[in-house]
Amino acid sequence: MTTTDSGKRDDSDLDVVGSRLSTAPQEDTLNVPQLGVIGWARWFWRQLTSMRVALLLLFLLSLAAIPGSLIPQSGQDETRVADFMDRHDTLGPLYEKLGLFHVYSSVWFSAIYILLFISLIGCIVPRTWQFVGQLRGRPPGAPKRLTRMPAYATWRTEATPEQVREVALKALKRRRFRAHVAGDAVAAEKGYLREAGNLAFHLALIVMLVAFAWGQLYKSEGNKLIVEGDGFANTLTQYDDFKSGNLFTADDLNPFSFDLKNFRATYEATGPNRGTPRVFEATVDYAVGADGAEKTTRIEVNKPLEIDDSKVYLVSHGYAPVITIKDGRGKVVYEDAVPLLPLDANVTSTGAIKVMDGYRDGKGKWDQLGIQAFFLPTYGGKDSAVVSQFPALLNPRLNLTPYHGDLRVNAGLPQSVYQLDKSKLKAFRDDKGAQVRENLEIGESMTLPNGAGTITFNGVKEWAGFQVTQQPGSGWALAGAIAAILGLAGSLFIQRRRVWVRAVAGPDGVTVVEMAGLGRSESAKVPEELGALAGVIHDEAPTATDHDPDPDRDPETDPDSDSDSEPPVVTAEGAEK
Amino acid sequence: MTLAAATNENLANISNTLIYSAMAVYTLAFFAYIAEWLFGSRSKVGRTAAALTAQDGAAKKPAAPAVTVKSAGGTSVLERPKVVVRAAAGARDVPDGPGAHGGDEQGDLYGRIAVSLTVLAWAVEAAGVLARALSVQRAPWGNMYEFNITFSTVAVGVYLVLLALKKNVRWLGLPLITTVLLDLGLAVTVLYTASDQLVPALHSYWLYIHVSTAIFCGAVFYVGAVGTILYLFKDSYESKVASGGRPGRFATSVMERLPASASLDKFSYRVNAAVFPLWTFTIIAGAIWAGDAWGRYWGWDPKETWSFITWVAYACYLHARATAGWKGRKAAYIALVAFACWLFNYYGVNIFVSGKHSYAGV
Ligand code: HEM
Repeated sequence: MTTTDSGKRDDSDLDVVGSRLSTAPQEDTLNVPQLGVIGWARWFWRQLTSMRVALLLLFLLSLAAIPGSLIPQSGQDETRVADFMDRHDTLGPLYEKLGLFHVYSSVWFSAIYILLFISLIGCIVPRTWQFVGQLRGRPPGAPKRLTRMPAYATWRTEATPEQVREVALKALKRRRFRAHVAGDAVAAEKGYLREAGNLAFHLALIVMLVAFAWGQLYKSEGNKLIVEGDGFANTLTQYDDFKSGNLFTADDLNPFSFDLKNFRATYEATGPNRGTPRVFEATVDYAVGADGAEKTTRIEVNKPLEIDDSKVYLVSHGYAPVITIKDGRGKVVYEDAVPLLPLDANVTSTGAIKVMDGYRDGKGKWDQLGIQAFFLPTYGGKDSAVVSQFPALLNPRLNLTPYHGDLRVNAGLPQSVYQLDKSKLKAFRDDKGAQVRENLEIGESMTLPNGAGTITFNGVKEWAGFQVTQQPGSGWALAGAIAAILGLAGSLFIQRRRVWVRAVAGPDGVTVVEMAGLGRSESAKVPEELGALAGVIHDEAPTATDHDPDPDRDPETDPDSDSDSEPPVVTAEGAEK
Repeated sequence: MTLAAATNENLANISNTLIYSAMAVYTLAFFAYIAEWLFGSRSKVGRTAAALTAQDGAAKKPAAPAVTVKSAGGTSVLERPKVVVRAAAGARDVPDGPGAHGGDEQGDLYGRIAVSLTVLAWAVEAAGVLARALSVQRAPWGNMYEFNITFSTVAVGVYLVLLALKKNVRWLGLPLITTVLLDLGLAVTVLYTASDQLVPALHSYWLYIHVSTAIFCGAVFYVGAVGTILYLFKDSYESKVASGGRPGRFATSVMERLPASASLDKFSYRVNAAVFPLWTFTIIAGAIWAGDAWGRYWGWDPKETWSFITWVAYACYLHARATAGWKGRKAAYIALVAFACWLFNYYGVNIFVSGKHSYAGV
């Protein structure tokens, strides 16, 4: 067909001079490799490091990331995974087998990104060498027919070819082109930062991946619940729960300690969003090292405390009613703040109080006490549902249901401190046989039947949950990210382009100047820049005023040019600057 | 209730009124754009067809440089040399259409009216967003209602800036304003949330950075996507004409007035490529914020995952444009898939998928 054919015809010309404007790998077709292991290996490697396969792998990577966003992931929400398994008898095990509950650490997801990064390395290394070669070499000489270039200008001047070339060389160098004279023309190139930026970007991706992997292997993450007034030292045994990467050892924990002085929360008091949290703030005294000086600071939701590699985050909070229990002899057997777990946004909370040692009942016999606790920071009155109406302590109520018997804490099974194992416990009952349970306001006590003792609700403290994470390598990841953005900006905003200025003496002795510009991609900037350059050179080597036989004739082109497809023309400018 | 709260309520109401007014003016602009297209259809431009069929099979000379030097009469006034520009090898050499008005004077008048109305509507809308921000005393990006009104303000702002820079983009007007009206309609009906402050997890200056760039990127990606869709239409139109086909009258009338497919393609590439580094930055800023708020900078939360998917999809698009056999239409389809990912990340993930990214009311 007309247009494409004519395009193809001078492709080759452009290809030759434009070829080294980029270091992108050459596309070779899917040639069947030569026989032999080495032949196959080489073929495989060439495919893997080709742009086509890189594209395919990128595409696969984005596809493979999708299921993890739609199916519950065990790394994020274990309970939803369990729930899913319960509800889907066939799909559940199938998903399990395919690793769909932990997509981002599954074999197939890893395979894709590892292949991608091998491809990336296999691509970057040769491209870097090639680029270094280009930096060492010189811009390629002018092609024979400059008229074929995307931007072109010509005029005749009385200056000698040498003068023109000299002027051109100076003008180009002033504009920070790398320029040299090659034969009858000046060859110049600019915008190498584009390639450098592109290589830096891809390299930075590798740095980020390695930093991320490193962080995963050495990271640790532990949780600790602390009641106001209590403290914490960063050792393994102090954590409520703890997980770590495969290469982490307990010695890697940064030594520090802190005490929770005070926790403060405020909530929206009115309006449609009544009860929405506004401020969470924990005031702590902390010390670095075994005997560092104490300092006071505040930890907020978005402002963790940073100590070396570790960050201490405020992740949860709740209430801890202060309870005093006296036994049958009137002896205080328990006096503590009991942290309770919140059940809803208004901090309706529940938990258990366990008195394991030292308690004797009304008859003086050893026994154990277990008390189920239920707490409302804001009790709505008799007519409202038995849930808290507001998250702050407006009208606190503590509901207690005491049991006695065997708490089974030594039964060998790990037991939650927030739950009672009631299998060996007996409820207290009053004279009428009804189970004893009571709502207490602050300061109130309840008396257990048969002189078994009293329980007093003395007040409420707040507790805060902290997560301590240690993730080495995040500095590297950040550095990689910044390098990636800078490299990308260089790669996308800088245009790499070439300019040639040829000056030869025509048959009549008048010098013919021809200029051409070529960019890596088509851009309006290339002709504009060429126009500006032409202006500068033209000022020094102005148009010959004498005979001008045929202004529309170009020495290099055929005369049969189409008049109906007149190309767009940009007037040269910039010389006056 | 305190006095301050009452003022805020007032401001919120003013904001609502402004948004509704902006919608009204956008509607007028919409009709003016329609009028521009209608009047434009009177003119019979056939440049694409002329350019593609003029040579009747004979190998066409690709825009040979015709003009070189002109000496101005016999005087000593010298004109500077002119630069001859050629289409890239292998590309169709088609001139850009004249725009929606098609050279028709009345059409052009309506087009200008449409642009003026767009400017007015945009100013009113921007004031609405500002009033909303003042009423909540924070950046207006706490919920989807606020995202939507900011999003369309930015998209129209990008369009107006391109116009002000004298870029040939008036053809964007109709499709853009149509979708802006849809976006605002959705915002005031389905997504409306009374003005409110933020939960503590959203208290961070990273909010300002991360969310503002996210909205900006979305708006620019959107402008790019409109260009891509029009490119696909124009490209099939051109190849049909080039292979001797005769597209319908309506298609001819519309397509002849749009820029050449190569220009549309270049436009959407520029737009997408220009904003891609910013999108990269957005994700990284989000990761830093997540690191501060949740104790890990990357956790494959659905929102994070879809940002990543969108990012990889746009990287795919940029790669495709540098890969033999993937330039042109195939790359354009990838760009549309990438934008679809962005949209899903915005609407789909917020509404259908539960994750850590939840807002004060949707
Ligand atoms: C880890 C996955 C990768 C990502 C996220 C990625 C991303 C990108 C992006 C965003 C660009 C656009 C910059 C530009 O157009 O200048 C780009 C360009 C490029 N990429 Fe990648 N890339 C990846 C892997 C690869 C691989 C494996 C190769 C080698 C085959 C490769 C080779 C190239 C080349 C040659 C360019 C420059 C294209 C041009 O000059 O326009 N990339 N890449």
